[in-house]
Amino acid sequence: MKKNWPLWEVFIRSKSGLHHKHVGSLHAADAEMAIENARDVYTRRNEGVSIWAVESNNITASDPEDSNALFEPAKDKIYRHPTFYKLPDEVKYI
Amino acid sequence: MTIKEAQFDYVLRLADNAFILGHRLSEWCGHGPILEQDIAMTNIALDLVGQARALYQYAAELEEGGKTEDDLAFLRDVGEFRNVLLVEQPNGDWACTIARQFLFDACNYLFYRELTNSKDDHLSAFAEKALKEVTYHLRFSSEWMIRLGDGTEVSHQKMQNALNDRWMFSGELFSPNETDRILTAEGIGVDLEKIKPLYNQKVTEILNRATLQKPKSSWMQKGGKEGRHTEHLGHVLAELQFVQRAYPGLEW
Repeated sequence: MKKNWPLWEVFIRSKSGLHHKHVGSLHAADAEMAIENARDVYTRRNEGVSIWAVESNNITASDPEDSNALFEPAKDKIYRHPTFYKLPDEVKYI
Repeated sequence: MTIKEAQFDYVLRLADNAFILGHRLSEWCGHGPILEQDIAMTNIALDLVGQARALYQYAAELEEGGKTEDDLAFLRDVGEFRNVLLVEQPNGDWACTIARQFLFDACNYLFYRELTNSKDDHLSAFAEKALKEVTYHLRFSSEWMIRLGDGTEVSHQKMQNALNDRWMFSGELFSPNETDRILTAEGIGVDLEKIKPLYNQKVTEILNRATLQKPKSSWMQKGGKEGRHTEHLGHVLAELQFVQRAYPGLEW
């Protein structure tokens, strides 16, 4: 049975972007190769200027079964949203 | 040979190197050992073919014979090609492809870096752009040399065999001929004597890290730059040029 290289999740930040976005995953033998593979597979069409690669098993994800307990309570607490303030232009990206 | 003729011969050589190597790498498309490497290899192939196009366009200009880049790429026969013998060698297995690539990239990187100083503005501008691509190619092939050389027993053996097989084609990269001598004197061409020690340094560095032995034989194959090619080029051109020759002047 063939053994695969570890799986990595890839995040790319575009030239005009402010944060890295998840774009997919790939297999690589080590961290160096993960960056190079990400460069070859996910930046061919000028998608970005910065790559983050994380081994998939280092990512902890929330269990969909827990969604109710984790996320429902926040739905009707509008007093937590900063929607009642008018943001001056100078701090638009706060 | 006039300076203009030497320039044409020189640019044609660089174009043919890029074109034939690019074609060889494209043969891996769909056959790569793993998806990510299939894409990496074809990316490199695309870079090289792109360089070939730019160079063929300039060569056509220099020849002043009214030819286009396509005429030069698709209508010359084996004896008119000026590529080094290394790039026409078959892909073989992954190790063989990497050995060929590394031996070529290490030279190409140093060569293009020097070429950015050429008195020929067209060539220096081209070299600046190509250097970015070739920097990555060298990184890619160097790392694979190390990974396979300093890998398992099997990968080490295959990599050593591949290096032994392709080594005799590395000398031609650094042997200047009349074209080189004319253009180096004019400040247009790269002085191969200058970059040869840097090449040896780079190769030694990578082979050491890869725990590979540098082949002892110093006898080197040559002739490609003068149009004397191995049997392989004929087959490569037959595939590459077939469509244009079967349907002359065809367009997409």
